[in-house]
Amino acid sequence: MAVNASRMDEEQIGISKKETLIRLFRYLFAYKKELILVLFIMAGTITISLITPLLMELAVNQYVADKDISGLFMIGAAALVLFLLFLAGTKIRMKIMASVSNNVLVTIRQQLYEHIQTLSFHFFDSRPTGKILARVIGDVNSLKDVLSDSVTQLIPDLTTIFCVAVIMVVKNYRLAMAALLTVPILAAGMFLIETNAHKKWQIYRKKTSNLNAYVHEDLSGIRVIQSFGAENETRKAFYDLANEHRNAFIEAVIIADGFGPVVEITWGLGGFLLYLIGIRIIGVGEIGIGTFMAFSTYIAMFWSPIRNLANFYNKLTTNISAAERIFDIMDTKADIRNLEGASALAILEGKVEFSHVSFAYSDEPERMILKDVSFAVNPGETIALVGPTGAGKTTIVNLISRFYEAGKGQVLLDGQDVTKVTLESLRSQLGIMTQDNFLFSGTIRDNIRYGRLDATEEEIVEAAKAVNAHDFIMKLEHGYDTEISERGARLSIGQRQLLAFARTMVAKPGILILDEATSSIDTHTEILVQKGIEELLKGRTSFIIAHRLSTIRKADRIFVIDQGQILEEGNHQTLIQQKGAYYNLYQSQFL
Amino acid sequence: MRTVWKYGKRYVFIYIIAIAAMILSIILDATSPQITKRVIDQVIVGGQMELLTKCLLGFLAIGLGRAVFQYTKEFIFDFAASGIGNSLRKDLFDHIQGLSVGYFDSHNTGELMARVKDDVDRIWNACGFVGMLILECVIHTSIIVFCMFRISPVLTLLPLMIMPAILFYAVKMEYGLGSVYDKISEETASMNTVAQENLAGVRTVKAFAREPYEIQKFKSHNQKFYSLNMEQAKLIAKYQPNISFLSKVLLMAVIVVGGILVIRGQITIGELGAFSEYANNIVWPMEMVGWLSNDFAAALASNRKIQEIFKENPEVGGSEETGKACQTDGDSAVPFTGNISFEEVDFQLHGNPVLTGISFHLPAGKTLGIMGMTGSGKSSIVNLIQRFYDASSGRISIDGRDIKSIPLRQLRSQISVVMQDVFLFSDTIAENIKTGKKDTIGVKTVEQAAVSASAHSFITRLALQYDTVIGERGVGLSGGQKQRISIARAIAKENPILILDDSTSALDTETEKEIERQLEGLKNSTKIIIGHRISAVRHADEILVLEEGKIAERGTHQELMNQKGLYYRTYQVQYGEGEELWQ
Repeated sequence: MAVNASRMDEEQIGISKKETLIRLFRYLFAYKKELILVLFIMAGTITISLITPLLMELAVNQYVADKDISGLFMIGAAALVLFLLFLAGTKIRMKIMASVSNNVLVTIRQQLYEHIQTLSFHFFDSRPTGKILARVIGDVNSLKDVLSDSVTQLIPDLTTIFCVAVIMVVKNYRLAMAALLTVPILAAGMFLIETNAHKKWQIYRKKTSNLNAYVHEDLSGIRVIQSFGAENETRKAFYDLANEHRNAFIEAVIIADGFGPVVEITWGLGGFLLYLIGIRIIGVGEIGIGTFMAFSTYIAMFWSPIRNLANFYNKLTTNISAAERIFDIMDTKADIRNLEGASALAILEGKVEFSHVSFAYSDEPERMILKDVSFAVNPGETIALVGPTGAGKTTIVNLISRFYEAGKGQVLLDGQDVTKVTLESLRSQLGIMTQDNFLFSGTIRDNIRYGRLDATEEEIVEAAKAVNAHDFIMKLEHGYDTEISERGARLSIGQRQLLAFARTMVAKPGILILDEATSSIDTHTEILVQKGIEELLKGRTSFIIAHRLSTIRKADRIFVIDQGQILEEGNHQTLIQQKGAYYNLYQSQFL
Repeated sequence: MRTVWKYGKRYVFIYIIAIAAMILSIILDATSPQITKRVIDQVIVGGQMELLTKCLLGFLAIGLGRAVFQYTKEFIFDFAASGIGNSLRKDLFDHIQGLSVGYFDSHNTGELMARVKDDVDRIWNACGFVGMLILECVIHTSIIVFCMFRISPVLTLLPLMIMPAILFYAVKMEYGLGSVYDKISEETASMNTVAQENLAGVRTVKAFAREPYEIQKFKSHNQKFYSLNMEQAKLIAKYQPNISFLSKVLLMAVIVVGGILVIRGQITIGELGAFSEYANNIVWPMEMVGWLSNDFAAALASNRKIQEIFKENPEVGGSEETGKACQTDGDSAVPFTGNISFEEVDFQLHGNPVLTGISFHLPAGKTLGIMGMTGSGKSSIVNLIQRFYDASSGRISIDGRDIKSIPLRQLRSQISVVMQDVFLFSDTIAENIKTGKKDTIGVKTVEQAAVSASAHSFITRLALQYDTVIGERGVGLSGGQKQRISIARAIAKENPILILDDSTSALDTETEKEIERQLEGLKNSTKIIIGHRISAVRHADEILVLEEGKIAERGTHQELMNQKGLYYRTYQVQYGEGEELWQ
């Protein structure tokens, strides 16, 4: 299996920048009403911003020149009214826009998260958790500014630039041409910087993700690290990653910091050309002092939004790679999903059938994990799967629960092909205890209830009692309300297994699958647990993977599995009498 | 703030260069209106055409100069901030890594990840562009006010009157945002935790088909995050437009009051033009103040969170060997012979007694077996030997030395533990086996260890063999394979003390036997084997049977069998029926 380690950069499906942007903005356009309102308000506020210099020009040219003080005050008063309107409009606009962009963010994050939930193990197995996490939290967060700025900054800035350009052209088109001559230079400079910076920002994002993954792994494995005194090694690895992260940042800003200077140079050149052409070629007389003064204001008005735009553009290039990474996951198809027209599984009896099932992992197709396995399990039967590690025991139960799908052959539950029923209906009727029993941070009660969300208090206690977990739970300081941290760090491994067991029990599954479920539980507790299970699951089909003879012996039938095949099957007695593989295994316990 | 200074002082020199570049750039910016004024007053109105060329070149020079200075300034700020952020992140990571296991019991991974990533990022930003812009605003405003003052002291009163009002709003906004950011920071951490748990526990989630529930759980955090962000946005919307409004009022007031002054002949019309251009130029710093106080508030909140972690001391570690001190010692230490003794050791956790009156002496090279019920305190004995926790009373010693007097790293680097809960790193198999002694362990040792752990044969069947990258928690391998790699990891250290904490539970009996045989070959190691299967402990020199934190039975296999107690009954269950069959 190709696994991505925390230190390696991830591969990504290439989506074009344009596509990414379009997809991103499609989320925004879902809020048409709000956006229209915002645009409407902005039309007003921009108009006010544009009128302001005109008013000022009028004030200077007309009233100051005519020495009309009361007129000057009139204009001042008019401006004040406009500014108050501006104030009110801006407040409303900001609130609406914040709500829109935050809503988009919530939507994207939720969609991403929901999509991740549909993905199969292959996806999770092949990359560190920290990297997925980085996309759900960090990458989504970094879209926030881009989204809100693209409306509240981009639109007014572009409008301002356009309007100022129009006003300049109307006032004096020749002078306007002189002032705007440098725009193409600016565009070329920005394009050049952007294309180069974008690649660097992509690398930077990947390094961020590596860093995140490493921190996650280090914290998850902190006991191992401290136990082996490996802090120096992890420190070194982390330092390397942190330095790589910083260097990637520096390499990106070396280019990206060029945005400002390009604007400055073109601005300076703009001033140069304005006065050169205005005075030398067109002539002052034709233009008028007032217009010249107005033009110097316009030039400032023209360039400062461009400065903003450069900043925005910079931010966009920084963050567009975050959007790419998000869409990259959204475009990853789940390889195990509900087929069209999949029906709900109905387990009535609990018959399980394998018919010529073969299985290999998709990236190692030549290494067969299961080879043409066929068997039928009758309702209510308990099947023990035994065999050396890596023989394929877990794979068999993984195919029943459809964590993976068989390459060839069929897995049937009560005659229904597992690949043709919905995943939810399938798994909610199976009680699966995996080798990796994850407990969530929260109370013990919540953890047990995870098995069946509508379980009553009595059912929770009943399940805990059945697996003999009740006693130790009651000894904890708050009983069932005791908070445990993630993975149940405060509890012993055996206790964690018991809790996970109770969680499975409370679900009252139709078919029970126990994959090394009692491996960390002592023999005495196990006997008690088994009694509890027997009562709870009377008549239910179950699969048990275990190494302890005491567990295996009670099974109705034992499948001895090796190298992807069922070598022997039968109950304990028959298999012992066969003197085959099982007999050998059994004997080794006594040597 | 002290933290920032600690990392920032290294960059003081280049920060000074950056600030100098900033000042020069601003001065150039401020001369721009001067030139405009000249062009209008002297060239256009006054007709002194000979000045034009000089003025025009001035525009060009200003553009070029600003480009150079701006780049210098921006890059230096980015460079220094990334350096500060990077160092802070490294130290934070180090500090967290050095905290005792008790801390990790009560803090979730997702939360700590948010501190190391997001909170450091905010401080990084504050030292970078946020700090740069704040300085720029202050310097820019002062220089421009100075220039304004030179043109018309009377007119300068206007910005001087409006600026305090803007500052007032900015401070109010910062104050309000501070508490919102505290909440946002908390919520980021809990959202991180929920997502992190979901991803790490994906097998459990899928086994119960709990995706809808998980989605709901995430949604509520996502919603809460949304409402906190809205709270933040509303605060900004409350103050930010006021600031914009005031800056617009300033512009108009300059024209009206300035106009009156022109009419009265106190200033020229060109001076008014220049003055209003200056006024235009202080609008952006004023408007920026709002945004900056926003980012600054965020950085302060993050700093508070980070300081909380730095205040956390490793509970275990004593005075002389805290996390830091352990970096230096370690390998140079005297190697243990491997005599382990517990003398009347008691241990309580969260107020509950876990171990009571544990005493044993394990001579070097011998094997101790420990059995007991779930939760009877077996793993706690291992935790105490490694000093993940300290005993509440009693004495634990190795080679006669109290383990509290042995530096932590020296202690731990000589004890190899195979834990119950297998954790492998997403790295190659070889690197995993080398963990802890990556510099000294060679290929040979790795392979030998793998052979001893019965892992060699399955590893060599993999396409990339020892260079196969395995996932976090060893996904991609079966439970037994993971266990064997983790056993190999412990054996490879060739340490005087080897502890196996129920670490063969996922192995078939044959493999277990094989490993046992190999372990017996390690004559120089003192071994502690914890297990539930009689087969795992029966060959130990002494076996302890724990019950509720106390030693219920002790002795060799034969002695315990004769006692006909708990051990005997366990044997009966595990082998009982079999024996009947066998006779």
